Amino acid sequence: MAMITADPKDVPQVEHFAFTPEYMAKVEEQIAHYPPGRQASAVIAVLDLAQRQHGWLPRAAMNEVARILDMAPIRVYEVATFYTMFQLRPKGKYLLQVCTTTPCWLRGSDAVMKACQHAADGETFSVQEVECLGGCVNAPVVQINDDFYEDLDEASMNKVLDAFRRGETPKPGPQVDRQTSAPEGGLTTLKGE
Amino acid sequence: MPKVKIDGVELEVPAGLTVLQACELAGVEIPRFCYHDRLSIAGNCRMCLVEVKPGPPKPQASCALPVADKQEIFTQTPTVQKARKGVMEFLLINHPLDCPICDQGGECDLQDQAMAYGFDRSRYHENKRAVPDKELGPLVKTSMNRCIHCTRCIRFATEVAGVEQLGATGRGESMEVTTYVEQALATELSGNLVDLCPVGALTSKPYAFEARSWELTKTESVDVLDALGSNIRIDTRGAQVMRILPRLNDDVNEEWISDKTRHALDGLRHQRLDRPYVRTKGKLVEATWDEAFAAIAARLNGLEGSKIAAIAGDQCDAESMVALKDLMASLGSPNIDCRQDGARLDGPRGSYIFNAGVRGIDQAEAILLIGTNPRTESPVLNARIRKRYVHGNVAIASIGPAEDLTYPVERLGAGPATLRELVDGRLGFFEKLKGAKHPLIVVGMGALAREDGAAVLAMARELAEKLNAVREDWNGFAVLHTAAARVGGLDLGLVPGQDGRDVAGILEGCQKKEIEAVYLLAADEIDTTKLGKAFVIYQGHHGDAGAHRADVILPGAAYTEKPGIYVNTEGRVQIGRRAGYPPGDAREDWAILRALSERLGKTLPYDTLHQVRSRLVAVNKVFAAIDQQAPAAWGTFGTPGAISDAPFKSAVPNFYMTCPISRASKTMADCMASRAHLMAAE
Repeated sequence: MAMITADPKDVPQVEHFAFTPEYMAKVEEQIAHYPPGRQASAVIAVLDLAQRQHGWLPRAAMNEVARILDMAPIRVYEVATFYTMFQLRPKGKYLLQVCTTTPCWLRGSDAVMKACQHAADGETFSVQEVECLGGCVNAPVVQINDDFYEDLDEASMNKVLDAFRRGETPKPGPQVDRQTSAPEGGLTTLKGE
Repeated sequence: MPKVKIDGVELEVPAGLTVLQACELAGVEIPRFCYHDRLSIAGNCRMCLVEVKPGPPKPQASCALPVADKQEIFTQTPTVQKARKGVMEFLLINHPLDCPICDQGGECDLQDQAMAYGFDRSRYHENKRAVPDKELGPLVKTSMNRCIHCTRCIRFATEVAGVEQLGATGRGESMEVTTYVEQALATELSGNLVDLCPVGALTSKPYAFEARSWELTKTESVDVLDALGSNIRIDTRGAQVMRILPRLNDDVNEEWISDKTRHALDGLRHQRLDRPYVRTKGKLVEATWDEAFAAIAARLNGLEGSKIAAIAGDQCDAESMVALKDLMASLGSPNIDCRQDGARLDGPRGSYIFNAGVRGIDQAEAILLIGTNPRTESPVLNARIRKRYVHGNVAIASIGPAEDLTYPVERLGAGPATLRELVDGRLGFFEKLKGAKHPLIVVGMGALAREDGAAVLAMARELAEKLNAVREDWNGFAVLHTAAARVGGLDLGLVPGQDGRDVAGILEGCQKKEIEAVYLLAADEIDTTKLGKAFVIYQGHHGDAGAHRADVILPGAAYTEKPGIYVNTEGRVQIGRRAGYPPGDAREDWAILRALSERLGKTLPYDTLHQVRSRLVAVNKVFAAIDQQAPAAWGTFGTPGAISDAPFKSAVPNFYMTCPISRASKTMADCMASRAHLMAAE
């Protein structure tokens, strides 16, 4: 089992972290959701903002979150290590979260995984194996940053990755001729009025 | 009050209890790992499962379930037994089988409970998980593979010690108890983590692989390394003190002790005085008791009483102090003092004890600290104040050193001038004190052991009286001592008699040659360079400052080696017991004084410990009431007068080294280095 929680010692040192004014405005908005004195409740949202700004969460960022929310740093580390959503090591620009749980696996996630691993260079792409993403009806599924790419196979996966490499953003959702989870090749029922 | 039925026995219990507590009242033992009386409820070990009717048809964690009226609780049904066995099997999945080499072996909750609920073989064939060990400083050794994630240590650090540094990172199989950023814990109470750990994950580093719990002789005694008088258990093997553990006493230390109390014990093995010495031609030469007494007799016989002086140390038992006092009286000397630091205390008993008692802290709504840093002076008492803070609705302010006390403190000012303003009602905090039903004024030695100490004491008294803090039902005037012997010494009247000299006067007299002989009873905290050419008799257990200057050394016993009575800062008389014998020729202190008195031709009228203790009661009847905290006499004390601008300083700037024992301890030196390292990193 991968040790996702141990304090990573092999990550690059980040001496200083500060929110940019735009992100700081968002942080303040998140804190405003909670009554005064309960600002610590915003910890997950604020950590997420820090990750979005920096790409991953260095210890300096967690310490800054602790300072802003007036929490002991260890309480922030606890939250950040609990959720796999928080990346404690540097990631590529696009994080490929490949679902390998049974439905996706039966539908060929191994081939998708192979394509992703081939593409992973640590700068543009990083790969992570994840458990069920909840999109079984469109298996296999890969989450790339905030979006789901569905109904993939090795070829379509490579197409999506190539598009990202070119700097485009391919359309999220099914990569076959299908609207969301409707039948492939267009509707089969409820065609008329 | 809810009526519950526990295993068929009906019982009425106070509302608000948990099912586990109710079962304890009924005398039914419930196995547990995470639940601890003095910590918040976590409910994560699942060992305390019971069946409850009415309720869901599954076992419930009794530690987190409140009792309700007409509840039926079953603790011994087959379902419960099976559930607990299941929990135990899960706990043991990742627990290593290293009991034979584990320091917790023999006093391990997991080991004990596995005897009752464990399966005799494992059904788990995968690899056990491996967790890196953590570095928690020089006192706590970790073996994290053994951790069962009860989180007691995390809760203790956060709630009691007030250092939020421990946490649980990760989840599921990856969960780890850690500080994340590797660092020693910045607390004076870290030794208690070892007691709390129900398995062998946190064990004592200095005690590692030293002894097994079943080969130790256990003696219940009292601590003398600070003035709180924590109740301790001394574990010895043969003549050696192997470890010191806390004893339960809700009135004093609950079940915590400070790191100094627990770990300074290696100081008892080093620098010991084990035979008498006499200075001949400028050098200390080993001698027999007879020769030492002869040397003393030669100097003291014929010397005028006013030229003899005596100073009692900070860790003396009451027996030796009364013997010293009686001896000085028979020699006709009024020059006797037990206040090495020069604290201006000699009034009625109410003026020098922690009148409110340690329990009083729990009641106080407003607390004022004057010239004290309780965190270094008495960490366990500080934890009690923190407990009060955590409970809520309390205002805490301080006049004196600005230190992190583990709870927020409003700092009013630094010196006596601020106290004056407060007494005159010119500061906002006065109203808070006035509004409190139980105001508590803690006066430290930092405020009293100085030139204007008597004036500060008078101001503190004035404040207490203005606030009506001294009444029938409450006395909020509290003196926090730093010396374990001080209250006992004051109770016995070890203060200068008619025309007598105090410590400063004695030292001055030495230099002016008006004092020709000084008897130091384990007194090491004075400036020994000021003893001039006086003939110095040092009676004590360590080769510390006093012994270096002495002309005759009489080897005495440390607190673990003699039965002795100590009076703590609250005025509670407690009995310490002998856990072992002093090394070599060293003897119990009162007996040395008794033997010496015979050689001086002034034989003291007691031959047995019982007779000395009767004498104690004759001198002051408080010694007749053991382990009680009684209201003390009040009166006018302190001397109003000029105050200086100098800020109050804490009487204990360095927690880890305050006495001959802790100064001789290597463990304490390690702690100091670790703390200095931590401070430098910040």
